[in-house]
Amino acid sequence: MSAAALEVNNVWKYYGDFPALRDIALQVAPGSTMALLGRNGAGKTTLLRIVAGLSKASRGSVTIHGSNVRDESTRRRIGVLGHGISLYDELSAEENLMIFAKLYGVANPKQRVNAMLERTGLERVREGLAREFSRGMRQRLAVARVFLHDPEVLLLDEPFTALDDRAIAVLQSLLRDMSQRGRTIVMSTHQLREALELATHVAMIQRGKLVYAGERKQEMLDDTGWLYRTYGEN
Amino acid sequence: MQQQLLKFALAGIALAMFSWVLYLIAYVLPAEANVAAYQIIYFHVPSFFTCFTGFFVGLVASGMYLATGNFKYDSFAAGVNEVALVFATSGLALGMIWGRYAWGIWWTWGDARLVTMLLCWLLYAGYLVLRRSVEEPSTRARLSAVISIIGCVDVGIVYKSIDWFRTQHPSAVLEFRGGGGMGPGMEYPLLISWIGMLCLGVLLAMVRMKQGETSIEIDSLRREANSF
Amino acid sequence: MYFTGVLTIAAKDLRAEWRTREAINASLAFMLVILVLFSFAFDPGNPEINIPALAAGLLWMAYSFAAALALNRSFARELQNDCLDALIAAPIPASALYLGKVLANFVLLLAMEILSLFIFSLLYNVKVATHIWELLLVIVLGTWAMAIMGTLFSALTVNLRLRELMLPIMTYPFLVPALMAAILLTDALLHGEPFGPKNTLWLKLLAGFDIIFTSLAVLLIDTVLVG
Repeated sequence: MSAAALEVNNVWKYYGDFPALRDIALQVAPGSTMALLGRNGAGKTTLLRIVAGLSKASRGSVTIHGSNVRDESTRRRIGVLGHGISLYDELSAEENLMIFAKLYGVANPKQRVNAMLERTGLERVREGLAREFSRGMRQRLAVARVFLHDPEVLLLDEPFTALDDRAIAVLQSLLRDMSQRGRTIVMSTHQLREALELATHVAMIQRGKLVYAGERKQEMLDDTGWLYRTYGEN
Repeated sequence: MQQQLLKFALAGIALAMFSWVLYLIAYVLPAEANVAAYQIIYFHVPSFFTCFTGFFVGLVASGMYLATGNFKYDSFAAGVNEVALVFATSGLALGMIWGRYAWGIWWTWGDARLVTMLLCWLLYAGYLVLRRSVEEPSTRARLSAVISIIGCVDVGIVYKSIDWFRTQHPSAVLEFRGGGGMGPGMEYPLLISWIGMLCLGVLLAMVRMKQGETSIEIDSLRREANSF
Repeated sequence: MYFTGVLTIAAKDLRAEWRTREAINASLAFMLVILVLFSFAFDPGNPEINIPALAAGLLWMAYSFAAALALNRSFARELQNDCLDALIAAPIPASALYLGKVLANFVLLLAMEILSLFIFSLLYNVKVATHIWELLLVIVLGTWAMAIMGTLFSALTVNLRLRELMLPIMTYPFLVPALMAAILLTDALLHGEPFGPKNTLWLKLLAGFDIIFTSLAVLLIDTVLVG
């Protein structure tokens, strides 16, 4: 039995006495792409933040490829894309990427940064300051940052929301590449269509509890509301 | 039931201790001690002792919270630190009254204890302000635990440094108060008073702690009601 | 690897600050304003007012007020665009992130203070060149204390509503022992006395403060940043 890429072991998260996450147990096999569904406030972002190491679980643990997610060596293998673009307005595209290349210990940082700039179509504006970019360009730069260190596990929180067409295309192409190379992807989403097309597995959270976790079924693609109707409350 | 009994017991002891001290002051102590201003020392100094004890207990409780994540420790630390702040206030007030009565001034920067107490007061007032600004209980507990720990360490440093400062720059009028000026037979009322204050402090901390736990409960019920 | 992280963060902060110069301009301007205003508060022509006796206190007051302005932005600037999350998720320990910022703040503050020192010396006719190295040592130690505490509180208050207000309210009382030692040492040095038996106590206090609180901050910063 191959080791899971991501294991969430009976995780609870309390805010005071209120359980935002209740006994979440989830396994994501290596090489799979999991779409994490659920209404707003269900706990998707809370769970993703814990998996990314940004938050600590009140009870339970999360391991990535067997190691604790708060270890530095583990964090090096994870890529996180949150709601914001996580880039510095006052610095240029190149400078922004170089910072993260150094923090993640990327070998040959200059080469890698150039490669990512080309891949996201930002080669020509490498020295432009991030604040001068259009929204779509900033989004593409954010995507470049996430894939910069070639992570084994990618965590994306509602990645398709607020992306323009070009950025969506770039992201989808990069995600397909990752998937083909056997990397693991977990993304929470509202944009069911784009996410479900890429997903091999689906999990759904309702009110802090995991109500479904399994392979993506054809019914989900045909009728995007199917999952909510079958497993969710109305 | 047990808690109620304990609270009554503490209140009883505190009352007994304070009555005893007042009795001692009024009837037993020798005449030199009977200057009204001087008698404040029996409440002023124990106030400071209780306050420092409180800060230290707060430090330990905060450390326990960070180690275990159990909210009881957070409520306890908050209660103890708040009560310590109350005793700091009373110590300051009594000190100022004494100063006014004995030397005609409400405040002086030359008195090591007053200045130390003022700084400690500011430190823990900051602690309370922080607690009020954070609504989410886990974050609030975490951040206030950190402040409680560095606050108590700073209290130690402040105390020592102002002490050193005043030994280098002694201020003739006020230094006698530093423990001197009290004959041997006159110290035990301090101890009695301190015991009384400690009991009072524990009692108040227990009440505050219960309030803290209730407010966490209310907060989580509210979250539950507002979630869907 | 640890130090690479610290230096990367410090370099980033300094570079970003140099591009906009917001904090530098505000702090420097504020420092100069204080120095100038002070001369109006006390009539320099009045022989009863002993400016040299007040000089050390004035200098450190100017330093600490200007520091509050600069330190506030330290972690706050990471909130824009959600950079803080990206830094916490990065494979560097929280203490490396913290020390990187402390280093950047320290360098920034030190540069501004040295500049202001010479302006101060000019405006108030105070000789700073005698014992200049000892003076610089005191300024370095005192500035480190401000950087450590200010950056820690910046991290602590980063998500709070009244951040700009809370940072100074909370930081200043903590800094009093360090500021007191710095002022006493500066006072002696400005009056021409080198470090002697009277002063070593304060030097030890200042150094001890720096060591104790740097260690405490490094230990506690992970708790502060990761919820």
